[in-house]
Amino acid sequence: MSAPAELPDSLNPTRSFQGLLLTLQRFWAERGCVILQPYDMEVGAGTFHPATTLRALGPKPWKAAYIQPSRRPKDGRYGENPNRLQHYYQFQVILKPSPPDLQQLYLDSLKAIGVDLALHDVRFVEDDWESPTLGAWGLGWECWCDGMEVSQFTYFQQVAGVECAPVAGELTYGLERLAMYVQGVENVYDLNFNGLDGEDRISYGDVFLQAEQEFSRHNFEHADTAMLFRHFADAEGECKALLAAGEASEGAIDARHSLALPAYDQCIKASHMFNLLDARGVISVTERQSYILRVRELSKACGAAWLKTAGGGAN
Amino acid sequence: MPDLLLELFSEEIPARMQRKAAEDLKKLVTDALVERGLVYEGAKAFATPRRLTLHIAGLPIRGRDVREERKGPRVGAPDAAVQGFLKAAGLASLDQATIVSDPKKGDSYIAVIEKPGQETVAAIAEIVPAVIRSFPWPKSMRWGKASTAGASLRWVRPLHSILCTFGAETEEPEVVPFDVDGIISGNTTYGHRFHAPGAITVRRFDDYVSSLEKARVVLDADRRKEIILTDARNLAFAQGLDLVEDEGLLEEVAGLVEWPVVLMGSFEERFLEIPAEAIRATIRANQKCFVLRDPMSGALSNRFILVSNLVASDGGVAITAGNGRVVRARLSDAAYFFATDKGSLPDLDTFRESAEKLELDLSKPLDQRMAKLDKLGVVFHAKLGTQGERVQRIAALARELAGIIGKDLPDAERAELVKNAERAAKLAKADLPTEMVGEFPELQGLMGRKYAELQGEHPSVAAAIEEHYKPMGPSDRVPTDPVSVAVALADKLDTLVGFWAIDEKPTGSKDPYALRRAALGVIRLVVENGVRLPLFDTGIAALKPVLGTMYYTNKMASLGAVEALSGLGVQDDIIEDAATRFGGSVKAVDIFEDIVPGYEAWADEKIGDLLSFFHDRLKVMLRDQGARHDLVDAVLAGSPSPLAGEGGAARSVVTDEGARDAASAGALHTQAGEGTAPPHPSAAQTPSPARGEGQPSDDLLLITRRVAALSRFLDTEDGKSLLAGYKRAANILRAEEKKDGEGAFAGAADLQLIADAGLIEEKALAVALASATPAAEAAVVREDYEGAMTALAELRPAVDAFFDQVTVNDPDPALRANRLRLLNQLREATRAVADFGRIAG
Repeated sequence: MSAPAELPDSLNPTRSFQGLLLTLQRFWAERGCVILQPYDMEVGAGTFHPATTLRALGPKPWKAAYIQPSRRPKDGRYGENPNRLQHYYQFQVILKPSPPDLQQLYLDSLKAIGVDLALHDVRFVEDDWESPTLGAWGLGWECWCDGMEVSQFTYFQQVAGVECAPVAGELTYGLERLAMYVQGVENVYDLNFNGLDGEDRISYGDVFLQAEQEFSRHNFEHADTAMLFRHFADAEGECKALLAAGEASEGAIDARHSLALPAYDQCIKASHMFNLLDARGVISVTERQSYILRVRELSKACGAAWLKTAGGGAN
Repeated sequence: MPDLLLELFSEEIPARMQRKAAEDLKKLVTDALVERGLVYEGAKAFATPRRLTLHIAGLPIRGRDVREERKGPRVGAPDAAVQGFLKAAGLASLDQATIVSDPKKGDSYIAVIEKPGQETVAAIAEIVPAVIRSFPWPKSMRWGKASTAGASLRWVRPLHSILCTFGAETEEPEVVPFDVDGIISGNTTYGHRFHAPGAITVRRFDDYVSSLEKARVVLDADRRKEIILTDARNLAFAQGLDLVEDEGLLEEVAGLVEWPVVLMGSFEERFLEIPAEAIRATIRANQKCFVLRDPMSGALSNRFILVSNLVASDGGVAITAGNGRVVRARLSDAAYFFATDKGSLPDLDTFRESAEKLELDLSKPLDQRMAKLDKLGVVFHAKLGTQGERVQRIAALARELAGIIGKDLPDAERAELVKNAERAAKLAKADLPTEMVGEFPELQGLMGRKYAELQGEHPSVAAAIEEHYKPMGPSDRVPTDPVSVAVALADKLDTLVGFWAIDEKPTGSKDPYALRRAALGVIRLVVENGVRLPLFDTGIAALKPVLGTMYYTNKMASLGAVEALSGLGVQDDIIEDAATRFGGSVKAVDIFEDIVPGYEAWADEKIGDLLSFFHDRLKVMLRDQGARHDLVDAVLAGSPSPLAGEGGAARSVVTDEGARDAASAGALHTQAGEGTAPPHPSAAQTPSPARGEGQPSDDLLLITRRVAALSRFLDTEDGKSLLAGYKRAANILRAEEKKDGEGAFAGAADLQLIADAGLIEEKALAVALASATPAAEAAVVREDYEGAMTALAELRPAVDAFFDQVTVNDPDPALRANRLRLLNQLREATRAVADFGRIAG
C-alpha cells in the first residue's frame, strides 16, 4: 500500500496509527466537516457525543467529524486478547442531510488512508443499526474490507425516539481494526503508534496495555457497585431535574429549553454507570431491560428538550 | 411487439431481500398492466446487490379500444329516469344516445361509450412511479435533503437512478418519461462499482445484459450462483477436496456480489481440534465463506472458499490473505470458547444447591453448566418459570414417557431406558450457558452432545441431548433412539401444555413460540416410532408441575396467598412445605390440586383443547402429505374403540348426531336418540374427549392407522360403492326422519317381518349386517383396521342389491319402517370405523 505523497513517512497512515487519525481528520475537514475533539465524558460509542445524538435532530444542516474514545467495560480482556479492548477509538463522521454521494466519499476516505481499491474487496453488507438506550435506529451496512468489518455506515431514521428530518448519514470507523489492517498487524498492541522506528517507535501496547490491564481489573473486580448504583440514581435524578428546570415557564415569550445539553450529559453518565454495573454482573436479566428503558426515557426527554433549543431548530 | 426494460439502481440491497423484491416488482407492474388491458408475452425480473431489473416482452403499443353499451330507459320514460341515465352514461342530451327497437319491449335508449385504448408508454409512466412509491420492502428508509419533508420517497436504501425504455426491436426504443421525487427516468445505467463505474447508455434488454457483462455485472442471480458453485467445486477438486454445499449461504453470497470471483484461503491445522460444526458456523455466519472436507474421511479441511466481488490486480493474493486473517481471529475465539467449556467453572460452591436439586455431578463440566443455568435463574417465560424448573419438569415427564415407550422391554432394559432418559433430560439444556452456544446459538444441542461425549455419557444420552430438539420441521429427521424419543416428546409436551395453561396459543399467523411445529413434532415422533401414547392423561400429568410454577410465580410469592391457605383450613406445616417447595415441585402441586376448587374441570378443558389442536395439526400434516384430511374428521367422529367403551358412559364421544353408548356394541344394537344429553359436561362444548383413559381421539398412532386403512378402503371399488350406499341410506333416513321424527327408526329391524313379508334382497342385507357388524367391531377392538374394512366390504353386494331392488318407502307403513331401521343399522355399522357422513365426495 502506498501513502499519499505529501505526508512525511512517519505520518503514513499505513504505518502510523496517529497518521491514520490525522489523515482521516484532514480528509473530512477538506469536505466541509467541523473537526471536533472527543467529548470529555465516558461514552460507549461515538454516537453518544452530542455532536451526533443531538445534532442529528432538528432541521439544521450539520457536518462534523471527530475521534471518540469509546468505553465498553464488558469487552475488557486484561490486555490478553489481540482484538478486544475495553477502551478504543472510533472515528465518527456525521453529515446532515446525508449527501447523495456518501458511499463514494467513504470509499475515497479509504483510499486516502492507503486502501487500494483495485487490490481489496470492499463490500457493503446489510447491518441495521439500533441503540436501545438512545431510542435510535437506522438502516445501513457494515463495510467489509477483505472480509473484515472496518466501518459502520448508517442512515439515521430515528434518534431519541424522534424521526430524523432530514436524515443524517453516519460513518463510524473502527480505528484500531483499520490500522491493524493497513499496517498488516495481527495483534492490536503491536500497532505502530507514532510511525517511527527503533528507539523512537511507540507501539499501541506502550500507550494502552497497562490501562487495559488495570481497567479490566476495575471493571470486573473492583468497581464499587453500591457507589455505581448510587451514581446511576444521582445522574438519573439530576437529568430529570435539569430537564424540568430548563423548561420555559408557561406563557413565557421565549418558549425555548435552556438546559438541554447539561441534562444530556447526565444521561450519558447514567448510561456509562449502567455499562459498568453490567460488566460487574450485578444486574439480572430482567433488571437489565428495565435499566435500558430508564436510560432510553432520559435520552428521549433530552432529545425532546433539544428540539426546543436554538441548535434543535427552535426560534 | 415492443419490450419494456426497467431498472431501479440503488445503494446495496440486503441480500436476503433481493429475490423477493424482484418478484414483487414483476408482479406489481404486470398486474397493473393487465388491469389496464395490456397483456404481454413474457416477463422476468432480476436482482443484483445494486439493482432491480424487469424485462417485459411482447407488449402492445397501445391498449385495445373499449366499446361499452349502457342500456337506458324506454322511449318516453319519465324525465327522472332519463336524467339518471344521461348522468350515469356521461351524455349531455338524448341526442347522443341511440334508440333500439325490441319487438316485445318496444323502443329504448342505449348509450354507446367508446374509450380509445391508452398508449402503453403513458400507462407505464403512470404505473411505475406508483409501484415505486408503494413498494413492499420489509424495511425501508428515507434519505438526503428530501427527507426533510414528511412524505418523502422510501426505498430499501437510497435510490439513485431509474432506467425505463420501451420499443420494438426494429426501432430506437424511447425512454418512458416520468419523475419519482426528483429522480427522472432515463436510458443510462452503471456497471460494477470498482471496475466500470461510468454511465452506460442502454437501448433494450439484450444490449443491457451484454453491456453489463462487459462492465462486470452478472445480472441473473441464478447465473451468479452457478458460477460460484462451479468455480468453488473446481477449486476444491484441484486440491483433492469436497465443497460442503450450503444452499442458504450460496443464495446469500450471490446477493453480495455483482461479479463473483471465487478464491481459496486457509487457516492453521491446529484449529481443526474445534468441532467441525463450530468451525463451519463461525466461518459461515461471520465470514460468509464455505468450508471444505476430505472426500475420503469426511473430515473438515483447513481450507475454505471465499467469494469476492473483485478481479484484483494481484490475482486475489491480498484479498485471500485478509480473509484468512479474519478467519484465524474468529477461530482463535472459537478455540478459546471450546477450551473454556471443557474446563471447570469457578465458584463451583455457589452451584451446590442446584446440583443437589437436579442430582448433578459437579465434577463434570456439562453438569456444572446445568447447575449454573439453574442457579442463574434464567427465565424461560415469566409465567412458566425458569429454565431450571423447566428441566426438572422435562426430566420427570421423560421418565414417565420412557416407561411407556419401553413397556414391552424386559425390566432391566426398561429401567436402563428410564434412567438414561432422565439423565439426558437433565443435560438437554446444559449447553445453553456454554461460551460456544452463547456465540453460536444455532449450535445448541449439538455442542451439548459433544461435551456429553467428552465427559463419557452413555451414547444414547449424548445423542438425545442433540436430538431432543428434533424434528425441527416437516422434512427434518425424526429421532428413533427411545431415549431421544422420550426426551424429545417431553420437551415438546412441556412447552405445549405450559403455553396452553397460560393461554398463549397460536393465533392466525402468529406463533411466536413455534407451538405448531412442536405439535407436529409430537405427532411425527409418535406416529413414525409407533408409540402408543395416551396423550390426554400424559397432558394432564404434564400440566401439574407447570401449574405449580404458575401458581408459585403468580400467587404463592405473595404472603397473602399463603395466609389464605390457612383460611382454607390447610395445616401450617403443609403451607410451609408448599411455600418452600412450590417451584415446580410435584408434591406441592398435589396439595394445590386438593385445595383449588374446579381444578379438574379446568385441567380437562385445557388439555381437551390442546388435543383438538393436535387433531388440527394432524389434518394439516396429512393434507401436506397429499392424504385426505376429511378422513381424520370421519375417524374422530366414528365410534370410539369398544376397548374404551368398557368403562361406560363417561368415555363416550360426541358426534354431530348425538352421543352413542359404545358399551352396547352388538349385532343389532340400539342407538341413543337425538337430543340425549352428552354424558360429560366438558364434552358438550368441544369434540375433545372426557377425562379418562383409552380415548380413541388421544392415541395419534391409532388415528393415523385408522385413517390410512380407511383411505386405502375408499380407493377400492368396494369402498367407493359402500360409501355411495351409505350416503344414499343417510339421505333417505334424513328425509324420512323429518316426517317421522328423529330417532324414529332406531333399534333393530324386525327380522320376523323381513322373513314373512320382505324381499330377498332385504333378507340378504339383514344377514350381511348381522355378520359384518360384529366382525368389523371385533376387528377394531383388535386394532386390525384392515380387517374392519374387509368386514365392511362384505356388505357391499347386499347394499347394492338392496338399493337396486327394494323400494324403501313401501305403502305398507310396517314394511317402510322396518326397511328404514335396516338402513339405520347400515349407518351404524359403518360407524365402527368412521363417520362416513363426514367423508367428502
